[in-house]
Amino acid sequence: MPSSVMPTPRKGGGPQAPAAVSTIGLRKSYGDKTVLDGIDLRIPAGSVFALLGPNGAGKTTTVQILSTLIAADGGQAQVAGHDVATSPDGVRAAIGVTGQFSALDDLLTAEENLLLMADLLRLGKREGRFRAQKLLERFDIANVAHNRAATFSGGMRRRLDLAMTLVGDPQVIFLDEPTTGLDPRSRRTMWDTVRSLVAGGTTVFLTTQYLDEADQLADRIAVLDGGRIVAEGTADELKARIPGSHVRLRFTESAEYERAAAAFPGAARDEENLALRVAGDAGLDALRALLDRLDAAGIRAADFSAHTPDLDDVFLTLTGDGSTGTSLHVKETLR
Amino acid sequence: MSTLTYAVHDSMTMTRRNLKHAIRYPAVGFGSALTPILMLLLFVYAFGDAIGAGVGGGQDAYVNYLTPGIIVMGVAAGGMSTSIAVCSDMTEGIINRFRTMNITRSSFMTGHVIGSVIQTMVCMVPVVGVALAVGFRSDASALEWLAAAGLLTAIAFAVTWLAVALGLASKTVESASNKPLLIQFLPFLGSAFVPADSMSPGLRWFAENQPFTPMTETLRGLLSGSEIGNSGWISLAWCAGITLVGYVWSRSLFNSTTKR
Repeated sequence: MPSSVMPTPRKGGGPQAPAAVSTIGLRKSYGDKTVLDGIDLRIPAGSVFALLGPNGAGKTTTVQILSTLIAADGGQAQVAGHDVATSPDGVRAAIGVTGQFSALDDLLTAEENLLLMADLLRLGKREGRFRAQKLLERFDIANVAHNRAATFSGGMRRRLDLAMTLVGDPQVIFLDEPTTGLDPRSRRTMWDTVRSLVAGGTTVFLTTQYLDEADQLADRIAVLDGGRIVAEGTADELKARIPGSHVRLRFTESAEYERAAAAFPGAARDEENLALRVAGDAGLDALRALLDRLDAAGIRAADFSAHTPDLDDVFLTLTGDGSTGTSLHVKETLR
Repeated sequence: MSTLTYAVHDSMTMTRRNLKHAIRYPAVGFGSALTPILMLLLFVYAFGDAIGAGVGGGQDAYVNYLTPGIIVMGVAAGGMSTSIAVCSDMTEGIINRFRTMNITRSSFMTGHVIGSVIQTMVCMVPVVGVALAVGFRSDASALEWLAAAGLLTAIAFAVTWLAVALGLASKTVESASNKPLLIQFLPFLGSAFVPADSMSPGLRWFAENQPFTPMTETLRGLLSGSEIGNSGWISLAWCAGITLVGYVWSRSLFNSTTKR
C-alpha cells in the first residue's frame, strides 16, 4: 500500500472503461490522527460496491470526501466523471447520499420532504408531485404521506430518507451504513431496494460493518481497516484468502488436551479453552480419519465441531483487532 | 436559468420551508410577539406612572414614548431567535443533504433570513395592536408608517444575518439560544425605555452611541412626530454595517463547518 501522496494527475485512472467512482491515494487526517492513509478505489458504473470495516476504520470519512462534504488532504477522487475538488457541483448533480444520520426535516410531512427535494432539484411542480407520489408508493409510506417525519419509526425514517435521495434519479448513490440499527425485516426491505436500484443501472457505494450485508449485495468488497484498504475483491475471492476448513476439538482435562496436542503437532492451540484447531477439510472421509487418529491415541474429546470459512473469518483475519477470544482464533488461523 | 435565477429559486424554496415550520409550530414561530407585548403591559401598567413622570407626562405620554422602543426591541429579539433555528438545522442530518445537493450554497442561509424577517414583521402587527389598545396614539401619515415598516425591515434583516452567524458559530442549540440575549437586551441600555440623558455619564455615552438608540429615535420620530435629526441615516448605516458583518461572517462559517 503506497504511503506517500500521489500528486501526478491521471485522467480516468488508466486505459480501462470509465468508472463511476475512482480514487487515487486518498488521504485525510484530523490533527495527528490519520483517518485515511492512501485509498485507491475503482468502481465500475452500474455495480454495487461495499466498503466493509469496523467502527472508526474511515468508512464515513471516505463517503464524506466522495460526496463533497469534506475535502481530502491528498490524493484524487472522481465521481461520475467529475473531480470532487475542482468540480464539486458536477459531483453533487450526479449523486444521492443517504448518511448514517437521518437527513429528514422532522417538522415536515413525508410528502413535503419529498417535494422539498423536488423543488431544490428544480423539477417543476407537476414532475415533482409525480415523482413524490411514485416514491411514496414504492417505499410503502403513501399511507403516512401526510404525517410528520418526526412521528416515524426507524425503518420508516430510513425508507423516507432513501426516497428523498432518489427524487433526483442520481447516477451514483452513497449509502453510509444503511441498515445499522434496523430490525431484520427492515433490513431485508432495504436490501431489496438496493438490488432494484442496481437493476435500474445505478451505481451503489455502500458502507457497512455487516459481512452478510456485503456478501448479499455487493459485486465487489473492499475491507477498510485503520485507514487502509487491506483487501479487495468479490466475496468469493476474499473467502478464498482464508486458509481452508478446520475442525475444533475441545477437552475437559488439561492432561487429555496435552496428549491430543502431541498427537496433532500441527494443530493450533487454544490453552484457555483447552481446544485444538486442526486444519483440514471438513469432509466425511477426513473427519473419519481424524476420529480414528483420536481413537488410536486413546484420547476422548469433550466437544467437536467442523468449520468452513465465511466472510466473518475474512473480516476478523484482515482487521484482526477483535476481542481476545476471536483474535486468538484469527492469529492461529493465519499460522 | 442563470445563476441568479437559481439562487432566487433555491432561496425561495428554503424560505417556504422555514415559513412552513413557523406555521406548523406557531408557539415557536410567532412566539416573538409575546415578549414585547408582556413588556409593554408591564412597563405601561406597572411602571408607567413613575417613569412617565420622568419623561414629562403621565402614563399616556409614556405609552407614546415606550411603544417605538418596544417595537425595536421586539424586532431585535425576533431576528435573534433565528440563531436557534439555524443551529438546530446544522446539528441535524438535513444540512448534509443540502450540502451534497447541487443547489446555491447560500440559499440555506438566505431562506432562514427571509423567512425570519417575514415572521418578525408579522409578529409586530399584534404588538402594535396591543399598543393601540393600551392608549398608543400616532399622528404618522401613511408615508411615515411605510418608512417605519421599511426601517424595521432593515433592522430585522441586519439582526437576522448576525443571528445566522451566531447560530452557525454555536456548537449546541442551548448555546445558540444564550448568545443572542446580549443583543436582545441592548435596547434596554438605549433610549427604548427611558431617555439616554437620564442615565449616568458612562452608561449615557454607551446609550447614545449604540445602534439601537438611533433606531429607536428614528422610529419614535416617524410614529410620534419627535425630532429625528440625523438618527435616520445613522440607523441605516448601522443596519448596513451589521448586515455586512453578519453576512460575511455567516458565509465563512458555513463554508468551513461540517457538524453532525
